[in-house]
Amino acid sequence: MTADRVVLGIESSCDETGVGLVRLAADGTVELLADAVASSVDEHARFGGVVPEIASRAHLAAMAPTMRRALDESGLELSDVDAIAVTAGPGLAGALMVGVAAAKAYAAALDVPLFGVNHLGGHVAVDTLEHGPLPQRCLALLVSGGHTQLLLVEGIGEQVTEIGSTIDDAAGEAYDKVARILDLPYPGGPPIDKQAKLGNPKAIAFPRGLTGPRDAKYDFSFSGLKTAVARWVETEQREGREIPVADVCASFQEAVADVLTAKAVRAARDLDVDTLVISGGVAANSRLSELAAQRCAEAGITLRVPRPRLCTDNGAMIAALGAHVLAAGAKPSPLDMPANPGLPVGTIVVQ
Amino acid sequence: MLVIALDTSTPAVTAGLVALDDGPPRALAERVTVNPRAHGELLMPQLLDVMTEAGRELGDADAIVVGAGPGPFTGLRVGMATAAALGQACGRPVHPVCSLDAIAAQATAEGPLLVATDARRKEVYWAAYDAARARIDGPHVQRPADVPTDGFAAAAGEMAEALGIAVVEPRYPTPVGLVAAARAALQGEPAPLVPLYLRRPDAAEPGKRKSVLTRGGK
Ligand SMILES: [Zn+2]
Repeated sequence: MTADRVVLGIESSCDETGVGLVRLAADGTVELLADAVASSVDEHARFGGVVPEIASRAHLAAMAPTMRRALDESGLELSDVDAIAVTAGPGLAGALMVGVAAAKAYAAALDVPLFGVNHLGGHVAVDTLEHGPLPQRCLALLVSGGHTQLLLVEGIGEQVTEIGSTIDDAAGEAYDKVARILDLPYPGGPPIDKQAKLGNPKAIAFPRGLTGPRDAKYDFSFSGLKTAVARWVETEQREGREIPVADVCASFQEAVADVLTAKAVRAARDLDVDTLVISGGVAANSRLSELAAQRCAEAGITLRVPRPRLCTDNGAMIAALGAHVLAAGAKPSPLDMPANPGLPVGTIVVQ
Repeated sequence: MLVIALDTSTPAVTAGLVALDDGPPRALAERVTVNPRAHGELLMPQLLDVMTEAGRELGDADAIVVGAGPGPFTGLRVGMATAAALGQACGRPVHPVCSLDAIAAQATAEGPLLVATDARRKEVYWAAYDAARARIDGPHVQRPADVPTDGFAAAAGEMAEALGIAVVEPRYPTPVGLVAAARAALQGEPAPLVPLYLRRPDAAEPGKRKSVLTRGGK
């Protein structure tokens, strides 16, 4: 039980096919060995969002080649793998099923344990590949096109509790929709971030969703913000005025970053947690990380943000979570495990 | 040679281990469960049961044959993803076969044959075969009424009834049928593992954005 173990991770919950390899050392530390990702994002662009069937087809085509790339990158062979972790959910049903079916076959053929793990936990666990072990208690803010959640993490392989989430759109979804309003490309995050740097974040006072005194303290809402942007833009167009795209982007982005960071810092204080991890595709957003750094510093909270490559969906995050649940002594998942599009956050490993 | 045969292109979840020598293929063990909602859950446990019953390890197989459809996409992909991963992990070739060919190979009828399976949305996947069971048309996806039945006395497959001619067994692909259909292919390099989807993904490009001001300010 003291030797190093190699854990393979497979991710297919949305539009990225990911295969990652990590090494779990005897002392519980986890090291990244390989991280291969194939994305179908370009195939979805003209539809303005992820088309599940297109994503599922792409996963099937990409799985074996992505596996090959990950192995080549690490210099290992499949026979070196000691355990396999796969995203069991949450995510798109048809997409998840490709990864889960492949993972079962790899695990059975190699005769190694299989862990069906939670995608959201993976977004948190991935930070240990960059910044080392997490404290026993920490708070995680996950922001992407698919999720916007505040999680209390008490041992990454042991207990994760959702304390808040979006009640409508995910933050990344709001970016995509606002990009469409402004005729910017999909996905909306990068072009809006770029424009925002040229604009005035105080130019337009867009609403901060769910920040009233009676609103749920840790929940988010971005649907109203998106509608407010649409209405503002449309009114300007009707008046025949040119749209100040940079100012709209900056003001929108400010509203998103303000709410996300204010609620995360408040939750950390309320729960007496001194470490905040921000992960997910939107974590790479420049204003979000800047404002989070500023507010965490003011509140005496340690901020951890994995590098952008690790923040977006990938197999390394699933391998990392697999390594932590293996280290925590979790029982493997059965081979009749279903893919679960609605897997609850609290289920770290499917039993 | 020993061949693992898998198919998830119909409501049947099919796994078997088949011996292929000079004579007709023989099933050493097989598991077939009809459950259109549980391909992902059932396939791998069934295959391991098969191997246990046959007293063999997965790595003992010389090749893998998988039904490439046509079939409902989500279920179909379970078999294809499983076969591809097994082949990669065991270092064995994976040969796709048209799942309708596997049904035709086992059909209990003389003369030309039609095979039809459920494509949902009131359509069938179908193909036509000559007396020697070579595919002469298809696979296609169409309404049953539009399938040309002239010159065919019998049909096999789960939707055979819908074609209005004599119905013969089998309804679903079997391990032996899959291997029989792949017999020639097994002698050569495997073809690319590409599913026979026959339909494009349902996806519409967004139209013009709706006004938010004329929606009553919502
Ligand atoms: Zn994600």
